[in-house]
Amino acid sequence: MKHLLSTADLSRDEAIQILDISEDMAAVSTHEVRKLPTLRGITVVNLFFEDSTRTRISFEAAAKRLSADVINFSAKGSSVSKGESLKDTAQTLAAMGADGIVIRHPASGAPRVLATSGWVDAGVVNAGDGTHEHPTQALLDAFTMRRRILGDSGRGRDLDGVKVMIVGDVLHSRVARSNAWLLKTLGAHVTFVAPPTLLPNGVAAFDADVFYDFDEALARVKPDVVMMLRIQQERMNDAFFPNGREYARSWGLSAARLHGLPEHTLVMHPGPMNRGLEISDEAADSPRSTVLEQVTNGVSVRMAVLYLTLAAGVTN
Amino acid sequence: MLSQADITRALTRIAHEILEGNRGADDLVVMGIPTRGVVLADRIGEVLQSISGQAVPVGAIDATLYRDDLRRQPTRAPRPTTVPSGGIDGKTVVLVDDVLYSGRTIRAALDALSAIGRPKAVRLAVLVDRGHRELPIRADYVGKNLPTSTAERIFVRLEPVDALDEVAIADERTDAHSEGGAS
Amino acid sequence: MNDYLLKGATLSDGRTTDILLGPGSSGTASRAAVKALGTNLSEAGATVIDADGLLALPGLVDLHTHLREPGFEGSETVLTGSRAAAKGGFTAVNAMANSSPVADTAGVVEQVQALGDRAGYVTVRPIGAVSQGLKGTHLSEIGAMANSRAAVRVFSDDGLCVADPLLMRRALEYIKGFGGVLAQHAQEPRLTEGAQMNEGELSATLGLGGWPAVAEEAIIARDVLLAHHVGARLHICHVSTAGSVEVVRWAKSRGFEVTAEVTPHHLLLTEDLVSTYDARYKVNPPLRRSEDVEALRGALADGTIDIVATDHAPHTAEAKSCEWAGAANGMVGLESALSVVQKTMVDTGLLDWAGVERVLSAAPARIGQVSGQGQPIGVGSPAEITLYDRSVSRSFSIDDLAGKSTNSPYLERELPGRVVATFHGGYATVLDGAVVDTETVSAHAAALVGAP
Repeated sequence: MKHLLSTADLSRDEAIQILDISEDMAAVSTHEVRKLPTLRGITVVNLFFEDSTRTRISFEAAAKRLSADVINFSAKGSSVSKGESLKDTAQTLAAMGADGIVIRHPASGAPRVLATSGWVDAGVVNAGDGTHEHPTQALLDAFTMRRRILGDSGRGRDLDGVKVMIVGDVLHSRVARSNAWLLKTLGAHVTFVAPPTLLPNGVAAFDADVFYDFDEALARVKPDVVMMLRIQQERMNDAFFPNGREYARSWGLSAARLHGLPEHTLVMHPGPMNRGLEISDEAADSPRSTVLEQVTNGVSVRMAVLYLTLAAGVTN
Repeated sequence: MLSQADITRALTRIAHEILEGNRGADDLVVMGIPTRGVVLADRIGEVLQSISGQAVPVGAIDATLYRDDLRRQPTRAPRPTTVPSGGIDGKTVVLVDDVLYSGRTIRAALDALSAIGRPKAVRLAVLVDRGHRELPIRADYVGKNLPTSTAERIFVRLEPVDALDEVAIADERTDAHSEGGAS
Repeated sequence: MNDYLLKGATLSDGRTTDILLGPGSSGTASRAAVKALGTNLSEAGATVIDADGLLALPGLVDLHTHLREPGFEGSETVLTGSRAAAKGGFTAVNAMANSSPVADTAGVVEQVQALGDRAGYVTVRPIGAVSQGLKGTHLSEIGAMANSRAAVRVFSDDGLCVADPLLMRRALEYIKGFGGVLAQHAQEPRLTEGAQMNEGELSATLGLGGWPAVAEEAIIARDVLLAHHVGARLHICHVSTAGSVEVVRWAKSRGFEVTAEVTPHHLLLTEDLVSTYDARYKVNPPLRRSEDVEALRGALADGTIDIVATDHAPHTAEAKSCEWAGAANGMVGLESALSVVQKTMVDTGLLDWAGVERVLSAAPARIGQVSGQGQPIGVGSPAEITLYDRSVSRSFSIDDLAGKSTNSPYLERELPGRVVATFHGGYATVLDGAVVDTETVSAHAAALVGAP
């Protein structure tokens, strides 16, 4: 695997391999020495054209646990402007010897352009591009689900038959897109729940069931996992819905909805959460919530991805 | 080169030598290197128990992530490492692998082991030593020394990973099949 | 200037004939013309071009070209764009107004026209902006441009839509007073905020802002009604959707004075190319679905869409070698237009060569009121002729481009046909498939202008 750009590119076997290797990486955190020499001498650049401290430090921790050298490059706020900056910045970093580039960019498709343009030879890992994808988030979500649902017997297995309900701003969500492809590949069943304004016009492409009414969806689907998406504040100004109160009332995971869930249902959120908007305190802090596990698992999954994209290096 | 009976005999002898060297089964931990080293470790563990009457903890130590040749090879998937519940601190760990060749796998396994804990001593048991060492590493217990040329390949096949137990040798230039544990 | 004798050319109606080009009435160089048709015409004093098996078309006329000068000379100039046009078999182009400064005054349009005349490869007809600075709020000096030496007859804010319905109404009415036509870039701006590609399942998948078909169709629907209401002519630029075709078809069935164009790329390419995020495929309006392509081909064949116009939009390499959202819209198209029309319309049996002559020469000359262009080849017709080899096929390459920019979506694609020669004003601008050098062409042009 030279690059990780989209979960749609992953076969079932590749996806399971990533999850399995993530298990091995997770085991490292139980070791006395929580560090592997695997990527010694390899330089990973975190190239962030958009702020995301969480994702950046997760990748940084992952790379460091694999003994890679890490350079953090925040292009946001520097003098680089659109267009040339991606090419020039990437080439500059490649000239400094970057073997791998972890890129976060506000433009959908920027990681693929970087990977296929011929500007750089480095492996490219998509850390979130525009409103397109966020593949490592989907992988860590799937990893979290597999661990919670299958426990130690999860190795080598997919998520066959698991019912995942993704609720909220699907239109702008790279998390929703990456999850939809990956979960489908892993045999899970995906349902989207959102007001029609926050669903893409061509939502049929995702082959997911779609509900506008959250309560009806919960009653009909009885999901194994409810994944709440973050609502960006600016959506309210753009008339996607009238205001936060109405959104929370209709599409928020309130205490009442939490208590109505089946006993085993997991509550997930990619973070950072808007408590009181898409998720209530009760839901966020309940034992069903995997929010902190998702953060922990993020490091393991990103270690696995960096291992697969960078360890085999030149000859792959 | 080795039949099932030969393999069984060799492992039994190795188990006796381990108990002799360790003066009994106390504080012994057997750790196999995946894939076939784990099968061998399981079998040695059983023999150790039947001889000593004492349960010997068996685990697996994967060295993939500690290898120094990752960039020269296609991607390798690591295999699980399992540490016995008692850990390895202060124990005598017997590393088990099927074939000892360059010594690089063992070097990586020693690093992997040191990340898990600090054993009192580490010993090495291998079913086959085929020579051509590239590092100053030597096995303490050897099932059989098989002098080979570098053009030859050794195939170790062990149930249940493979359909049968055997050690075979083939010239790489004539035998392109690489089923089984070639080293 | 030499006479040219084109031996054994085939006309669009299938007749085979020699064609003799030369100065018009003896003693004056007023207007070069076709002096004679027939077989075995005398070769005396003429440069003979073997046109056996080649198609002779009246020179092609593009109603929608971006020449980028003044202001964006890094991507194209009037001269380089004219060379690209000649290479593609064109003898006239209409230059869009979105230069810098914008072509919204008599000074700018006269300058563009003068640059075109001096270059001499094609007739350059400036298009005037509808609104000052293309801002969509105040009418530009439409009368001044119409009455200038450039005698502008086509007005457009292309690149931007005249979105304000009241300004649109006034513009239609005002332009009518000068006998001109408004060419509308139909794009509802609010419905296309942040738009990056055709809206649908693919845009949902790629996470790119959607450009919904309805944003084009709604403006066309509004404007055909408005134009009819005020009794003005309306031309729709680059129609790109099946729904737009239906609206135009309805308007024409009611007898409204509306004409429409389609670009070569909308006849051939579809949105799935966007999944590479290769900005060469970024264009406005965006590439659409294959259903739209089929509808556009059908509409061009049945006359619902009147013409093919290139929307030749040169951009520098750096404007395209970046992430999709940061890239400029547009493709160069002059050099490939005839080949793409052959591939999509002729080779598919939808259009014969007489039809090609109509959609790429006669009708655009009529809509744009480009005099001396677009007339059927006959004795006395203007010496504006394209010789085209229909029988070859080639992998389209950088060498086939003659303009300053290389943002062609057809590079490395197999395209049929090749322009062998182009004659403008009786002299050659392309010979043996190569553009004639700048000095020679400008000397011919100067001789024509300078003649008594």
